[in-house]
Amino acid sequence: MKILVCISSVPDTTTKIVFTPDGTQLNKQGVQFVINPYDEWYALVRALELKEAKGSGTVTLIHAGPAENDAIIRKGLAIGADDAVRIDFDPADSYAVAEQIAAYANGKGYDLILVGKETIDTNSSLVGGMIAEFMQLPFVSLASKLDVNGTTATLETDIDGGTAVVEASLPAVVSCQKGMAEARIPNMRGIMAARTKPLTVVPAANASALTSAVKYTPSEGRKAVKMIDASNMDELVSLLHNEAKVI
Amino acid sequence: MSVLVFTEAGNGKIRKNSLEAVNYAANIAKTISGSVVAVIDGETDAALLAELGKAGANKVITVAGDAISNGDAAAWASAIEQIAKAENCSVVVFSHDLMGKAIAPRVAVKLKAGCVSGATGIPVAEGGKLLVEKAAYSGKASAVFAISSEKKVITLLPNSFQVQLGSGTAEVAAFNADFSSVKGSVTVKERKTRTAATAPLPEAELVVSAGRGMKAPENWGIVEDLANSLGATTACSRPVADMHWRPHHEHVGQTGVAIRPNLYIAIGISGAIQHLAGVNGSKTIVVINTDKEAPFFKSADYGVVGDAFDVVPRLTEAIKKFKAAQH
Repeated sequence: MKILVCISSVPDTTTKIVFTPDGTQLNKQGVQFVINPYDEWYALVRALELKEAKGSGTVTLIHAGPAENDAIIRKGLAIGADDAVRIDFDPADSYAVAEQIAAYANGKGYDLILVGKETIDTNSSLVGGMIAEFMQLPFVSLASKLDVNGTTATLETDIDGGTAVVEASLPAVVSCQKGMAEARIPNMRGIMAARTKPLTVVPAANASALTSAVKYTPSEGRKAVKMIDASNMDELVSLLHNEAKVI
Repeated sequence: MSVLVFTEAGNGKIRKNSLEAVNYAANIAKTISGSVVAVIDGETDAALLAELGKAGANKVITVAGDAISNGDAAAWASAIEQIAKAENCSVVVFSHDLMGKAIAPRVAVKLKAGCVSGATGIPVAEGGKLLVEKAAYSGKASAVFAISSEKKVITLLPNSFQVQLGSGTAEVAAFNADFSSVKGSVTVKERKTRTAATAPLPEAELVVSAGRGMKAPENWGIVEDLANSLGATTACSRPVADMHWRPHHEHVGQTGVAIRPNLYIAIGISGAIQHLAGVNGSKTIVVINTDKEAPFFKSADYGVVGDAFDVVPRLTEAIKKFKAAQH
């Protein structure tokens, strides 16, 4: 079984977000970049578990981005992926990233293409569905379980007010979320092995960004908190009704 | 040029997310001087369709088919592409919910349309572009994105606007979609729905959430009493879900469900940055914690320092008294 795991580079979850003076992009100074948590914790680890359970197959990482992102790709290799591909490209928007990845993956015989449920920078949740459409494959979004039997994947996915068990014919694209696997920390052997695993850089195909960031604005903090005495819950209720107007 | 909007019904009514999306589409239609076409499953009770007119749709198109009623995103995307072309729609709107996330990316590729997902503001037209505001970095920032393609897809973050219903009416027409190009299959084998008296978390306007400060799962009674007194939905922090004190679907935060209710009451939750990332879009936040140094107080509108086992029942009583006085 051949599995392709798409990984994105995002600021670490604890980063204080600061933008460049013109507001069009993140100020990357001093920012620690990591693999998007949903891509790493769920998509990549579940791919490794499926390969281990079967005792055969390959797990390939794919990333669309510049050379400075090789560090996060090496971390994915240290966690256990067999090899990696970096499409040398400025990931301008979801459409362009999906088009690039689809162009690379087409005809290479991947049984599963896994993505995280969203990236934690733009929270867009678009690339997986777009890859599926570019490649004319089934897409299961927000899967919390994934098993493979022959050419069929059985998944659990969210539906309104509950979950559904669904089957998808392979090859398929799946967006992965909590529940699918437990995060793995790379061990020393993995880190050593990652240095020599193949990381292939491929040139970008023709792809067009259809959206662009015009301006980012940091969220305004809330006004100073109003402390209410624990013995005076009537006051809290009154504030929620008259001031906040939420009840 | 028209605006197409995807809508759904459930539990005998048009879903709130869908009404928000129709309102939103009507605002875009005003911006581009167009009309609003709402699309809905042909199995929907015809009596409900008038609601879409009240929300701002000029026309309602029903589309029938087994794959449509089963919620197959590929079939829906194909139908929406066909309807968008037939109705000359330049913008397609979805709610940024489960179905929207499954269908919108496919429609964007089919129409070669730029897509902004999770929009929080009404788009502004600039030349042929639409400028759309959305939340970014898990609520730590807002961003304006320009969509420069001729066709545009936008998904609206639920609970961004209050639903407004007017007196408008919409003509209803059925559309015969051709599904012959839909490839691959996703089949639903089983649906496990939870029976709940309150709104599902992503749609809930009032949420009562609790964390490790509750000390043990058997102590959740006072949290549920408070939620019941408000008609609120219950939620929890990640450690509580990981320890199986509460079901995983209640976990709100960066890796759980991201929510933006009108009121979020956090009990015994310290306020780790990953938790805040999932709730900081809430309009009003109340924090109840024994530790006056809990970081969550810095992100709260109202704070109460005190023992949950003492404060929460008292708040419940105060709310009951308030509700009784209202009637």
